[in-house]
Amino acid sequence: MMNLIRLFGSRAASAPVARERLQILLSHERGRNGAPDLLELLRSEILGVVSRHVELDPEKIVVRMDRGKFVSMLEVDIEVPNGVQRSKMAAAT
Amino acid sequence: MAKVLVVTSGKGGVGKTTSTAALGAALAQIGQTVVVIDFDVGLRNLDLVMGAERRVVFDLINVTQGVAKLQQALIRDKRLENLWLLPASQTRDKDALTDDGVKRVIAELKTKFDWILCDSPAGIERGATLAMRYADEAIIVTNPEVSSVRDSDRIIGMLDSKTVRAERGERVEKHLLITRYDSARAARGEMLSIDDVLEILATPLLGIVPESQDVLKASNVGSPVTLNNAASAPARAYIDAVRRLMGETVPMTVPVARKSLMNRLLRRRAA
Ligand SMILES: Nc1ncnc2c1ncn2[C@@H]1O[C@H](COP(=O)(O)OP(=O)(O)OP(=O)(O)O)[C@@H](O)[C@H]1O
Ligand SMILES: [Mg+2]
Repeated sequence: MMNLIRLFGSRAASAPVARERLQILLSHERGRNGAPDLLELLRSEILGVVSRHVELDPEKIVVRMDRGKFVSMLEVDIEVPNGVQRSKMAAAT
Repeated sequence: MAKVLVVTSGKGGVGKTTSTAALGAALAQIGQTVVVIDFDVGLRNLDLVMGAERRVVFDLINVTQGVAKLQQALIRDKRLENLWLLPASQTRDKDALTDDGVKRVIAELKTKFDWILCDSPAGIERGATLAMRYADEAIIVTNPEVSSVRDSDRIIGMLDSKTVRAERGERVEKHLLITRYDSARAARGEMLSIDDVLEILATPLLGIVPESQDVLKASNVGSPVTLNNAASAPARAYIDAVRRLMGETVPMTVPVARKSLMNRLLRRRAA
């Protein structure tokens, strides 16, 4: 009997995955109401702040996201050239 | 040489997105570098079918508008390292996508990839015309029923007149992909036959993809059917189609009705 249940269970197993994926996606898409969602906001503001101090080379920036149900990950990877950063900082102060 | 391939249909819901994902993955599996582009602005879905929906940061329109670099918007597949996705924007503004923007993005992609697969939206409006605009080859996705075949005919006319190749007096190589083919219904004469469709559209056949539960299962878990279950009937049809795209001669198999147990039981009761 257990085997039978497992058999049927595994055959229908893709629907719960679909449900979970949609819940995660829609919770992010609905939240925004026209405004960008939090992850979007963080991304654009972080890049904004950094670009005030460092000349950003778009080729040297990696932005990755992983939207999760309970936690999401925003990974911003910026290569900062040493010399340039100094002079810019000095000019700003 | 990079090839730009549009997956188009006119009619909605015939299987363009499913086919783009399945063919893109099958091409990548034989070692080609592939990017699939979602042209369905406002209604992106290719990211979901590919299982990349949680990782979208930038999109096609961001790239055309210079907000993001191409390599920032491209999402690498988690299973195949030479398969990439360029997602559509969710903006409501359909005019955000411009001919010039698409031209630049495609030109840049051509320097990086062997195959550029453009998943067209339904209809004959801007999104659909831009998806086919720079195509070298086209896959016309058709279901064996009257309205789908009629719309395919319309799309074939557009491929022969509205593409850059057509304007230059060159040909866009066209392939017909019949999808959602239900062999049981075909056997009962309830669907247009393959021969009928081929005769009406006069376009070489690339493959016949059967109607199958495996397609739904694959999209539920966010994996192209050719990756999720490569042995399934629809996956085999897509894999054969890819071999034909690569120039191989592969005998065409028409999916045959495999009577289910339930079907047989019902039949016995009816008899
Ligand atoms: N061979 C098949 N067997 C069963 N279901 C299929 C098959 N191909 C596609 N489908 C289903 O049909 C529906 C529409 O498919 P899909 O989204 O690929 O079509 P489309 O042409 O991209 O649609 P649109 O015009 O809205 O972009 C989906 O639910 C998909 O799972
Ligand atoms: Mg689609």
